Amino acid sequence: MARSVSTRRTAVVTLVAWAVALLIFFPILYTIITSFKSEQEAIQGFDLIPSFTLESYRDVQSQYDYFTPFMNSVILSLGSTILALIVAVPAAWSMAFAPSRRTKDILMWMLSTKMMPAVAVLFPIYMLFRDLGLLDSRIGLTIMLMLINLPIVVWMLYTYFREIPGEILEAARMDGASLWGEIVYVLTPMAVPGIASTMLLNIILAWNEAFWTIRLTTTNAAPLTAFIASFSSPQGLFWAKLSAASTLAIAPILIMGWFSQKQLVRGLTFGAVK
Amino acid sequence: MTLKTFLLGACSLLALGGIASAETLTIATVNNGDMIRMQKLTDDFTKKNPGIDLKWVTLEENVLRERVTTDIATKGGQYDVMTIGTYEVPIWAKQSWLLPLDKLGADYDVNDILPAIRGGLSADGKLYAAPFYGESSMVMYRKDLMEKAGLKMPDAPTWDFVADAARKMTDRSAGINGICLRGKAGWGENMAFLTAMSNSFGARWFDENWKPQFDQPEWKETLDFYVKLMKDAGPQGASSNGFNENLALFQQGKCGMWIDATVAASFVSDPKNSTVADKVGYALAPDKGLGKRGNWLWAWTLAIPAGTQKAEAAEKFIAWATSKDYLKLVADKEGWANVPPGTRQSLYDNPEYQKAAPFAKMTLESINAADPTKPTVKPVPYVGVQFVAIPEFQGLGTTVGQLFSAALAGQTSVDDALKQAQDAATATMTEGGYIQ
Amino acid sequence: MATQQTRTLARFMLAPSVGLLLIWMAVPLALTLWFSFQQYNPLNPIRDGFVGFSNYLLFFNNPAFLWSILNTLLIVASVLVITLVGGILLALLLDQPMWGQGFVRILVISPFFVMPPVAALVWKNMIMHAQYGVLADLMRTVGLEPIDWFGRYPLLSVIIIVAWQWLPFATLILLTALQSLDGEQKEAAEMDGANFLNRFIYLTLPHLARAITVVILIQTIFLLSVYAEILVTTNGGPGYASTNLPFLVAQKATLEFKIGQASAGGIIAVILANIVAFFAMRAVGKNLDR
Repeated sequence: MARSVSTRRTAVVTLVAWAVALLIFFPILYTIITSFKSEQEAIQGFDLIPSFTLESYRDVQSQYDYFTPFMNSVILSLGSTILALIVAVPAAWSMAFAPSRRTKDILMWMLSTKMMPAVAVLFPIYMLFRDLGLLDSRIGLTIMLMLINLPIVVWMLYTYFREIPGEILEAARMDGASLWGEIVYVLTPMAVPGIASTMLLNIILAWNEAFWTIRLTTTNAAPLTAFIASFSSPQGLFWAKLSAASTLAIAPILIMGWFSQKQLVRGLTFGAVK
Repeated sequence: MTLKTFLLGACSLLALGGIASAETLTIATVNNGDMIRMQKLTDDFTKKNPGIDLKWVTLEENVLRERVTTDIATKGGQYDVMTIGTYEVPIWAKQSWLLPLDKLGADYDVNDILPAIRGGLSADGKLYAAPFYGESSMVMYRKDLMEKAGLKMPDAPTWDFVADAARKMTDRSAGINGICLRGKAGWGENMAFLTAMSNSFGARWFDENWKPQFDQPEWKETLDFYVKLMKDAGPQGASSNGFNENLALFQQGKCGMWIDATVAASFVSDPKNSTVADKVGYALAPDKGLGKRGNWLWAWTLAIPAGTQKAEAAEKFIAWATSKDYLKLVADKEGWANVPPGTRQSLYDNPEYQKAAPFAKMTLESINAADPTKPTVKPVPYVGVQFVAIPEFQGLGTTVGQLFSAALAGQTSVDDALKQAQDAATATMTEGGYIQ
Repeated sequence: MATQQTRTLARFMLAPSVGLLLIWMAVPLALTLWFSFQQYNPLNPIRDGFVGFSNYLLFFNNPAFLWSILNTLLIVASVLVITLVGGILLALLLDQPMWGQGFVRILVISPFFVMPPVAALVWKNMIMHAQYGVLADLMRTVGLEPIDWFGRYPLLSVIIIVAWQWLPFATLILLTALQSLDGEQKEAAEMDGANFLNRFIYLTLPHLARAITVVILIQTIFLLSVYAEILVTTNGGPGYASTNLPFLVAQKATLEFKIGQASAGGIIAVILANIVAFFAMRAVGKNLDR
């Protein structure tokens, strides 16, 4: 009896969960479906079965070569993430293990820098980049993206590192480990999951940053956000082409997210799990 | 990988990109069909001009405008050729931000460019931008629906006729709206249409002393007429419809009439994308018997920013893209109907084009009927038919566009929208030092 | 001794990131502050120069200003409420045993990976479009007039889109926290005869407090600066109905090129952000120290 009740319960839960999940996923799903329709079909009304034409993808590719913005997105998001980690790991480390009275303030202040609306500084930054010769350069944009996400990165790492129990360090010290030894052999293995998820989140944020990546680039450094900006509302029918371009722009990060969701979740807790 | 090797690596990547080609033109353009076609035909240019490579930045209109304006205002030097509209050209030329185009070549034939368009692109007898395509606005209508309503569209209709016809053609249960008009807020969206329309109602943005005129009865009449007409005979969600949305509606047979850019004619008459291609008729934009019609004048043009190091190559490119030969090239590859219209008299004299484009005559007449220097019934201190060629207009036009869009959506009354528009305009003009 | 050494090293390691942030914070902020006292219009430079506080006054007197503050706060508050309530419900649901849990989770978190302009474009054209949107099709099928989302309910439309983007984030964090809830405690509560609601209020919710705090803090940072979604869908309208502060600043900077006023607006936005952050921290900050 009990078993059949719980089976029935599981079935109901499954049904509800799938319905909700599909509802949430629906906009993405429908975009992918529409990308395989012809422009005529795309506005013909609701229809979940496309004619599986690749016409829109061909049109999109012939207008804007996908490869360059794709590579730029990869380079920018990876580059800025690596740079951010290089700067942030030591800082978060010292905040977590050698906190001073001002650590909390410094953290809050770092986060508050994120609240400045980007567009207010567009002109000053544009002129700064012009003078430094960084306009439309990958290096300039990499640094920009790194700085934008640095506060979140530092904070995430801090909350993660703080969960590492201090007794382990004490024990290592008793054994006569040097400070560097302590860091390399004791702490690093424990910190890897936290660093990994921080890295993933930062890659996602950098990939999806759509203000500076459009404003500070023309051709050489333009990533997929700029690619999308050239399809957003052209003349004529564009629903299928827009869907194809959207699918191309989000597919890489979506797939990466799906495969790494377990690693992502571990650090996304911000120490919320005890 | 350390920071240093990463930086070094990134730098050398960049350096490689820089040396690869001696002269690369960066061209900023809008993602309209004609420009995308140009992008695809660039082989012809690079073959004729070895040593010049082209790089394209194709963006949606508003983003493009923001990007090129930011760049030229800060002298960022990111572009060698910019696609700009007839609104920007006089303002930027006055700031000396554009290089005059005086080496377009012997066979370019500047005088072939339609005078109404050429006038708006010249200052002190020098051409500062070359038109890539030009447009006015006109009425496109469904002959079959007009007949069904028992009416016959004259070549030069009045607003009253159009409104009457729109109401009679409307059949919401069959998904047919009598008229589709722009409602999406923006100085180049609903305000382009409404400003042109207001001209025919005898309204104006400013009087001779730059005093805003939204408190005058002409504007009230214009906006009332528009809002009521759209309520009775317009499509759902009209306040977010721009050119594109209306085009899609018309192509799907959901509009009886559509007053919009003349370039739309080549889209609605294209059987590949339009379900009503063989049923479309054309007429001049309506009037009110006051001597002005509600049609605008616009051209997308190519210009060279003063900061570029590659002016010579840039001018070569512009000469190519706006030449008679380019028109012929497009005609050979894609047919005469797809040639960028509205720039050259010779195109309209060409019998092949006349045959391929049934809307050619109406387009030319509409363009010639617009006069940017005398756009309104009463005198005004500004130039521009559907815009006011002052730098403040982009912002002001968009603000007013928002207010009028809210009136269309039913969120505010016509009177409130006009009052707020008057306040916004007064504030802007005071701040800009036009009025005290 | 080790502590002394650690402290010194800590300061040393802290230096680069704090230094970088200081520059990042100081240079643009100083520039913005400077420009906020200048009339600077690159399109019409005739009257450029020092103008004192007039940029601030002009920004305050803008009829859109109060709207923009209200809309900014409305967006932050509504999205927080939707994502927290929705997130908790979803987390409770996903915490139950079911078939295909992994796949369901993948579907639910997907919106978080979609870049804001794409999310806005998709919702605008595929879902909410009054003629071609799926919702319009649905309404017509049941014989109703399609809703003109962006004309009738502009702010609500923006909120729905933004909430859709952030719901997965909230769900993920809350779900992870929920899964760490001690099973024994749960069973003990069940034994005591506590019903579901009581268990939820006295056991689950306190356990989630810290996760909720994290969601609020992180999301507030991003929600205060919602911009792309508005630009793509409603363009701030109709009227000022969906203009928020970042959008108003953007309009000043990139449409009117009144850099002085835009800078003043930026400074005001920073102040507003800090006020919000201050109250948010007072209200929930203690959860972080647990």
